[in-house]
Amino acid sequence: MALAKRIIPCLDVTDGRVVKGVNFVGLRDAGDPVEIARRYQEQGADELTFLDITASSDNRDLILHIIEDVASQVFIPLTVGGGVREVADIRRLLNAGADKVSINSSAVTNPQLVADAAGKFGSQAIVVAIDAKNTGSEEFPKWEVFTHGGRKNTGLDAIEWALKMEAMGAGEILLTSMDRDGTKIGFNLPLTRSVSDIVNIPVIASGGVGNLQHLVDGVLEGHADAVLAASIFHFGEYTVQQAKEAMRAAGIEVRL
Amino acid sequence: MQKIAIVDYGMGNLRSVYQAVKHVADGHEVVLTHDPDVVASADKVVFPGQGAMRDCMKNLNESGLRAVVETAAREKPFLGVCVGMQMLFEHSEEADTTGLGIFKGRSLRFPAALMIDENGQKLKVPHMGWNNVKQVRQHPIWQGIENNARFYYVHSYFVHPADTDLVIGVSDYPFTFCGAVAQGQLVAVQFHPEKSDTAGLQLYRNFVNWDGKSSS
Repeated sequence: MALAKRIIPCLDVTDGRVVKGVNFVGLRDAGDPVEIARRYQEQGADELTFLDITASSDNRDLILHIIEDVASQVFIPLTVGGGVREVADIRRLLNAGADKVSINSSAVTNPQLVADAAGKFGSQAIVVAIDAKNTGSEEFPKWEVFTHGGRKNTGLDAIEWALKMEAMGAGEILLTSMDRDGTKIGFNLPLTRSVSDIVNIPVIASGGVGNLQHLVDGVLEGHADAVLAASIFHFGEYTVQQAKEAMRAAGIEVRL
Repeated sequence: MQKIAIVDYGMGNLRSVYQAVKHVADGHEVVLTHDPDVVASADKVVFPGQGAMRDCMKNLNESGLRAVVETAAREKPFLGVCVGMQMLFEHSEEADTTGLGIFKGRSLRFPAALMIDENGQKLKVPHMGWNNVKQVRQHPIWQGIENNARFYYVHSYFVHPADTDLVIGVSDYPFTFCGAVAQGQLVAVQFHPEKSDTAGLQLYRNFVNWDGKSSS
């Protein structure tokens, strides 16, 4: 009887199609966001995150149709991120059916956006995504905030930044280790733990998951409130249910 | 056919509430409305709320909907959700806000000093995610829902009712708090059924099928 740690599959979307997560057996239409979202819901996903990686601004509105379709049939929380620049973008996504909107680079260029959005829509609807990279040493790490997919160092200290975003009204932090993203060697646990222990809002760990033990470690050692993963679920290596069973076996509260 | 009105007093996105109720409405009419006449003529009323309670009360007062909502809460099958539950009480600690006062009691913030779990780890506020809801009293709204089923919560304040007989569901975070209340034709829940997968849809289905009486 306690709050469950959450497992959140992340779906990349471009030009109205899901570009990862298309390897489910028996999908009628690989890439159909609604069908993929339903599969994850059936497996027991606690929430879903859609990351819009559409390059062309012409096709930006396509994500709105996706969210509308998914929200009419999938009744778990939906977070959408990618390309969010102003309050109007957030309003459009929420009106389409998103429950939370994730702000990344725009929070760096315009921190007031976080405060404005939280004031308008409530903190519960505002997630700040932080991409952090170790610019120090292994023994004495210094985590700095990067934007533009890890190419641009903002010079901001990730822990200070997380505290500032909490103070500005963020309801949750999506913390990605850019050192680990795509490596499949596990979350950056010291980073996750440092941020999660210092802020009072929930922290979602992201970046580096390669097996189910990594998810367990993220919670038990990283103190994450939720764990996000993409490829281990998308390519059918593990189901969300298997992930939850592994977490439960490790003594973690999950919704099963 | 009955008409179920979801009250839209301008506090953000109620689309998910509408979609979920419609999903289980079984041919009944579901309307998302800011028209007092529509609320007055509805057979049942869903009263959601999200964001800051002070803004919710301000918007409700300015929307011209307050009177019909108060009447509905006393006369019709009525379901308050999240801040919509908190607003039914007298007061909230959140920005010292006065509520509708249909029930005695107030909303309190999860106290920072108590937010530690049994392993000594910090518990975050908002209380966000899936928690077990223990059904401490039988009620038609629980029909077909397993005791201790998990529902999705997002909130920093919880209701502390003066009359504990109202409480039909509780959760632990880390202490036991009130997750659902009921009296007569009125039910209110702190969690979000519209985001709670099959258990949440079943709760809305039960509301759609409910005759407004406390026992089935």
